[in-house]
Amino acid sequence: MILTVGLREFKSLFLSPLAWSILAVVQVILGFLFLARLEVFQLYQPQLMAMDGAPGLTEIVLPDLLGNAAVILLLVAPLLTMRLVAEERRNRTLALLFSAPLSMTEIVLGKYLGILLFLLVLLLMIALMPLSLLAGASLDLGLMASGFLGLALLLAGFAAVGLFMSTLTQYTTVAAISTFGALLLFWILDWSGQGVGGGNWMAYLSLFNHYKPFLEGIFDSGDAAYHVLLITTFLVLSIRRLDADRLGG
Amino acid sequence: MNGNTLVEIKNLSRFYGALQAVKDVSFTIRQGEVLGFLGPNGAGKTTTMQIISGNLAPSGGSVTIAGHDLLEDPRAAKSQIGYLPEQPPLYRELTVDEYLDYCAALNHVPRAQRVKARTNAKERCGLHDTGRRLIGNLSKGFQQRVGIAQAIIHLPPVVILDEPTVGLDPIQIREIRTLIRELGKEHGMILSTHILPEVQATCDRVQIINKGELVLNESIEGLEHQMKSASLTVAFRHPPEQKVLEILPGVKSVQPEKDGRMHVFHEAEQNPTEAILRMAVEKNWGLYEIRPGRLSLEQIFMELTTDAAAENAQAAAVAITSDSQP
Repeated sequence: MILTVGLREFKSLFLSPLAWSILAVVQVILGFLFLARLEVFQLYQPQLMAMDGAPGLTEIVLPDLLGNAAVILLLVAPLLTMRLVAEERRNRTLALLFSAPLSMTEIVLGKYLGILLFLLVLLLMIALMPLSLLAGASLDLGLMASGFLGLALLLAGFAAVGLFMSTLTQYTTVAAISTFGALLLFWILDWSGQGVGGGNWMAYLSLFNHYKPFLEGIFDSGDAAYHVLLITTFLVLSIRRLDADRLGG
Repeated sequence: MNGNTLVEIKNLSRFYGALQAVKDVSFTIRQGEVLGFLGPNGAGKTTTMQIISGNLAPSGGSVTIAGHDLLEDPRAAKSQIGYLPEQPPLYRELTVDEYLDYCAALNHVPRAQRVKARTNAKERCGLHDTGRRLIGNLSKGFQQRVGIAQAIIHLPPVVILDEPTVGLDPIQIREIRTLIRELGKEHGMILSTHILPEVQATCDRVQIINKGELVLNESIEGLEHQMKSASLTVAFRHPPEQKVLEILPGVKSVQPEKDGRMHVFHEAEQNPTEAILRMAVEKNWGLYEIRPGRLSLEQIFMELTTDAAAENAQAAAVAITSDSQP
């Protein structure tokens, strides 16, 4: 049942030009940044060759690409998630799901799965760029795997926050703005902690600080747990919120 | 008519904040029965239907659908109903076929039977040639049909339709009514509407709800009987005093009209026709017309819904006067 709702959501995304244009825009911008970074590498290649223990191609290109991707997707993810529930509520189509023999959990997880599938497509498209380098160079595939795992977890977190924001309102734009605000806040939380002792816990909550290690090739189960917790929290909140829809007026 | 009880509703109530939208409503629906749910705007029709369909949790009372309690076992109960809300829950960007397949999947129709279920539902709702069209491009009437098709695709024992004929043209309304009648042979149907002739045309039983309370629960035959026999229309060339007729046994009230015509309302069991005839001959009133009056459903509806309103107003007035006394 979760799969049914998820696949429907996934297919519906591609019925509107939104999904296509998001894929295109993200790909063009990241492609540009990727090529620019590649150019930098080519420029400094002679100097790097001379250095002892110099960073390799993957180390120079990939963290930068994924760092940029995270920021761009932070802007894009709210646009994808905003319509999940808000639009159905506005069009009064939620009744279809509510009166079908489905639990709230199935509805929420189904919707979440749909958006995850789309983000996976997006991720694969991004992964194609560094992978294309395999044609003429060797890559540090371990670093790549770690980096993309980090990005995947990050995006899953974005989607969970977006889904929750979408359950709060019937206006898609409100959902998008609040998702964007929440994500950005999570992202920049570490700025406040600089130099101040008491700010450390805020820095710990920052999404960014739990994403960075992945880009350096460090898989810390603590970071992974942070993302999983974030996702679970917002999914549970979404389920509760939809349940309240039935109870409240 | 005497099928199994499909839906049993007991002491249902629902609050919106302090406002009680549904007060202690109880009724049952049997298989092969079309129940018409009537009431003025804001009477609680939609709220009741939303509760039965599981879209809204009741504040009190219980709903049992085909033996499954809606609150304790919602999944089993919900698989027994098909629901068309006031506004059909359609995804405008899908084609009719895609949409109906999705609905079938949501309602656990096995994959192998989905095409059959879809074809069957489309056939019943007259959607033969629309399968590949986008729902958003269909006319309102066809969208409504898709909404009904969605509600019956998994052949649920209970079908709930909330104002299914709103916004349709007269031909479509007739078609949808025929469809409802046809569906009502096998399914238990609940139909809400505020169009009175629709109830007479399609339903087996009528319920009138006013301000959240059930004020009438009567089979259509019983209602017809009540409508036929509760009044007389008489016309005289030399009309007598109104009082003379009012004192006749069984007469409740007399309502004079122009040209010596009068409406005589009487008890259902005591028909004063003979008495009036006899007196008319004796006293030479010049009787030239006498026929059983037919109360329309509309009159009954008005009487029940406005009576209750008047009573409430009276009660409120009493409360105010008793309050003001020292």
